[in-house]
Amino acid sequence: MKHTLILLTALMAQPVLAQDTSPQALIEQYSAAAGAAASPENGQALFMATHSGGKPDTPSCTTCHSADPTKGGQARTGKPIDPLSPTANPERFTDTKFVEKWFGRNCNSVLGRDCSAQEKADIIAWLVSL
Amino acid sequence: MKLSLAATLALVAAPVLASEGEYMPPVTHDATKAECSECHMAYPAGFLPQRSWTAIMTTLDDHFGENATLDEVSRAEIEAYLVQNAADAGGRSSGLLYRVSPDETPLRISEMPWFRSEHDGEVSSRRLQKAGSMSNCAACHRGADRGIFED
Ligand code: HEC
Ligand code: HEC
Ligand code: HEC
Repeated sequence: MKHTLILLTALMAQPVLAQDTSPQALIEQYSAAAGAAASPENGQALFMATHSGGKPDTPSCTTCHSADPTKGGQARTGKPIDPLSPTANPERFTDTKFVEKWFGRNCNSVLGRDCSAQEKADIIAWLVSL
Repeated sequence: MKLSLAATLALVAAPVLASEGEYMPPVTHDATKAECSECHMAYPAGFLPQRSWTAIMTTLDDHFGENATLDEVSRAEIEAYLVQNAADAGGRSSGLLYRVSPDETPLRISEMPWFRSEHDGEVSSRRLQKAGSMSNCAACHRGADRGIFED
């Protein structure tokens, strides 16, 4: 009993990504849910655009991820953010829960609403094409 | 006898803060460490009173101009940890609550009166510019993640 507890704590101390998915699997899943193929062009447009529906300090995905997602970005607190494109950062889009958490937060900060399955597919399709 | 024991306990329990604030126990709770360090360092619980952590943890959808929402299980677990380790946990009194009236709920460590008196005039504008924000403790306090805040 005590041992299990120690083991559990040891495991939890190291926040490793679940590695339960891949960018390709996510694109397929989201486009299946949307019922249409992913469009990298639409993904790029959404990512680069300046939006007005969200919070005033975060008008665009590029505010934090920069206009070149193969390079790093910066949170508003000054903390560096690793590149978002899986081409530059193979850890991206490999953990379903993490991806959903951040789409949830960031789409709401920038657009003032959730992103649709179609939009998620489009964005990932663009990021893998870089 | 009973009284002096209580007094001693209170002294021992109080965060070290007369040369105060040089050391503040860092976050030890795994979920808090993981979820609250994604955009900035995980701020030690002992820097804010219980009511502040409750306010922060129930307004994550508008967290200093960003959406920082969590699933309900993690949210509740993190709130419990922060509240249990807050500056005034267990009825403790802390020098960090200096000039904070009981009906005020500070949301920023960096705007508390003790903080202002430690930092106002002490920080050059060049250093602040480099740090980007007073919230970026680790930019100036390199030991911040280990709880060390001396210069
Ligand atoms: C306020 C800053 C900010 C803005 C604006 C922002 N993000 Fe993020 N994003 C972050 C941070 C911080 C992380 C998590 C840290 C990390 O993973 O490096 C993150 C992570 C992500 C992830 C997780 C990817 C993975 O699997 O690792 C996705 C997807 C994402 N962002 C998409 C977007 C999209 C799409 C937009 C625009 C609608 C956007 N972000 C706008 C800060 C931001
Ligand atoms: C999505 C990004 C994000 C996440 C996740 C996040 N924060 Fe923040 N937090 C911010 C931003 C942005 C600020 C404002 C920083 C500034 O003004 O420079 C901030 C500021 C704070 C401050 C005030 C700092 C000061 O100036 O004294 C506290 C306290 C705080 N956050 C607690 C938390 C806690 C607790 C969690 C975990 C539940 C958390 N944060 C997770 C983005 C985030
Ligand atoms: C721009 C630089 C800068 C930033 C950002 C900053 N500090 Fe400081 N801090 C200082 C300086 C300079 C002092 C005064 C040094 C001294 O008196 O030893 C100081 C003093 C302190 C002290 C008192 C230390 C003592 O020796 O008693 C504490 C505690 C502290 N800071 C905590 C924080 C926390 C928590 C944050 C983030 C919310 C923060 N600081 C952000 C520069 C900074």
